[in-house]
Amino acid sequence: MSILIDRPTSVSEGGSRPSLVSRLKPNVESLPTLAAVVIFVAMVVYGEVAYGRIVQFSTISNLLINNAYLIILAVGLTFVIVTGGVDLSVGAVIAISSLVGVMLANQGWNPIAVIIAMILIGSVFGTASGVLIQYFNVQPFIATLAMMFLARGLASMLSTTPERLADDSPIRLFSTEWKVIDGPKINDLVTTPNVVIAALVVLVAFLVLHRTRLGRTVYAIGGSESSALLMGLPVVRTKLAVYVISGTLAGLAAVVYTSKLGIAQNITGVGWELDAIAAVIIGGTLLTGGAGFVLGSVVGALVLGLMNVLITRDGGIPPEATTIITGAILLVFVLLQRLVVSRKRKT
Amino acid sequence: MSRDSSRASSESIVTRVIHRPYVWAIVALLLLLVINLGKDPAYLGISVNAATGNLSGNVIDILRASAPIMMIAVGMTLVIATRGIDLSVGSVMAVSGAVSMEFMSTAGGGTVGEALSAAALALAISAALGAVNGVLVSVVGLQPFITTLITMLAGRGLAKVITAGQNTSASNESFRWIANGTVFGFPVVFVIAGIVVAIVAVLVRRTALGLMIESIGINPRAARMAGIRPVGILIAVYVVGGVLAGIAGIFSTASVMTVEVAKTGMAAEMDAILAVVIGGTSLAGGKFSLTGSVIGALLIATLDKTIVFLSIPSSATPAFKAAVIVIICLLQSQRIRALFARRRSGPSSLTPPPRSPAQPRKESVSA
Repeated sequence: MSILIDRPTSVSEGGSRPSLVSRLKPNVESLPTLAAVVIFVAMVVYGEVAYGRIVQFSTISNLLINNAYLIILAVGLTFVIVTGGVDLSVGAVIAISSLVGVMLANQGWNPIAVIIAMILIGSVFGTASGVLIQYFNVQPFIATLAMMFLARGLASMLSTTPERLADDSPIRLFSTEWKVIDGPKINDLVTTPNVVIAALVVLVAFLVLHRTRLGRTVYAIGGSESSALLMGLPVVRTKLAVYVISGTLAGLAAVVYTSKLGIAQNITGVGWELDAIAAVIIGGTLLTGGAGFVLGSVVGALVLGLMNVLITRDGGIPPEATTIITGAILLVFVLLQRLVVSRKRKT
Repeated sequence: MSRDSSRASSESIVTRVIHRPYVWAIVALLLLLVINLGKDPAYLGISVNAATGNLSGNVIDILRASAPIMMIAVGMTLVIATRGIDLSVGSVMAVSGAVSMEFMSTAGGGTVGEALSAAALALAISAALGAVNGVLVSVVGLQPFITTLITMLAGRGLAKVITAGQNTSASNESFRWIANGTVFGFPVVFVIAGIVVAIVAVLVRRTALGLMIESIGINPRAARMAGIRPVGILIAVYVVGGVLAGIAGIFSTASVMTVEVAKTGMAAEMDAILAVVIGGTSLAGGKFSLTGSVIGALLIATLDKTIVFLSIPSSATPAFKAAVIVIICLLQSQRIRALFARRRSGPSSLTPPPRSPAQPRKESVSA
């Protein structure tokens, strides 16, 4: 049994590095992921040539530190999108979760309790979306859109002004900078607990999605929900689980983001659902479900992060245009997917 | 099935009216007005300004406020009827407002011609954004929500780029008249909205267009096999949605002659979706009711005004509206409908709301 189950996993993701590359090459489904890696490398090369100071410790550290929350969000959304659903509520969940967290912390709550509360808020919204979708047959985007407005509305009820986390709050410890390699001047390789959290999330999500029964059920649902049901897979439980995972990770992303910035506001995270979806899609997960990689979403998040770095370095592009560029990139990748899928269908 | 036939036999005019999907919206609307009357018995009073002949009063304010919601709700109704969704309406409103304000503040003459060209330009760009949605959905075959999510966020960015991130104001009396003027005592916005709704209603109900839209929403494959070309209709529907959102953008910016790029049309897509579902159009597509959506828009405008009138903090409204959407979605779901159906077969004679949104779908099946 275990051999039978283990086999498809090694095909989809591969164990060691060379085999991963060789396996990815002929697979038409992994073309977008490959494209994302190529684009990431191309952006690094272009940035290094055009602006300089890209391939160095401090830039890489900042890229990871600044995008830890996005990586966590994208990993959570990967589960949802692989089942063929979508979660539009993640940005608003971050807003309410971080706002509640900061307010509770400033009222003198135990920081651990605050963090647990923040994560649980995410879980509650995720569960609500999942129940609406699974038990009441509401379309995923409608259910999560309603949750998005609900979360954003509740956040606006709490406060419409920026809430500042006390400077001595232990939650800020998550953004302590650890020097890993002490480079010349400010060119150090630094990391923060936030980055470690993100890395752990990626690792666990990778193992769950590519190495467990739950993960394979997620892929089966995305491939064909009715087939998955007929095969006797726990479709109901799994579909509920992916939204809970996505919501919970949004709550965790709120912790990461709040600890880094120290400010929470009701308009925090407007449009982040687009960033997260874009990261997942750029990373090669099919929007229609059934195929995708956790590591691809990480690459996607880094592509978006690097894009922001390049836009800042360039200075010629107004920052307002960032969402247009993100939207355009997302569109290009969705179109690429259509092309790949239709070609696959023909062959 | 047996329930349907038993209902048909006992159907009188009264029950048919009660079974209109939007009857609950009317009830809610009246309830809100009663609540307002409770606080101020003169709430519904309309006074006539003797000098200008203008009507003024809370009801007129509600009509004025309902005009932009009505526009996006009607557009959204058509889009949802084709099994689509248009999340970009709020951003299109912002783009339309930004374009017209930027144009008039650059031109700066304040003439009628400028106001007209500004409006035309704004509507053209709104139509173009709608066409982008339509082409991506129909020709390329992308899912409507992802397409319009992209245009929603990119559109907001576009509005910011147009005005360089600033809230832009302009002065033009003719443009201002659109929002603040009156025709025969009624607000111009409401008159324009009424005319536009009438045009759309005639287009979709007096021609086969409405039937085609519904057939695409009920079963796209069957529609194609029946000889309906979905591409053209889908593009047209999204373009209409874009233009109507553009009109709504002009309405909402003309009243203050300022576009707030981060705020204009914010969460308008929720108002539109809410108005549509309140009006009894199912989010699953198919049969739609323009009258219902118009009543839904009136209800939302009344709700907004009531919340301000009762001095409830207005920050609570989005959460409340979202909760209403969730409840209506629940009422439309099979599970709850089955629950109510089981109850109804018993001795109790409940006429619960879940039936009303369900009804048009059922008719379409039996037809």
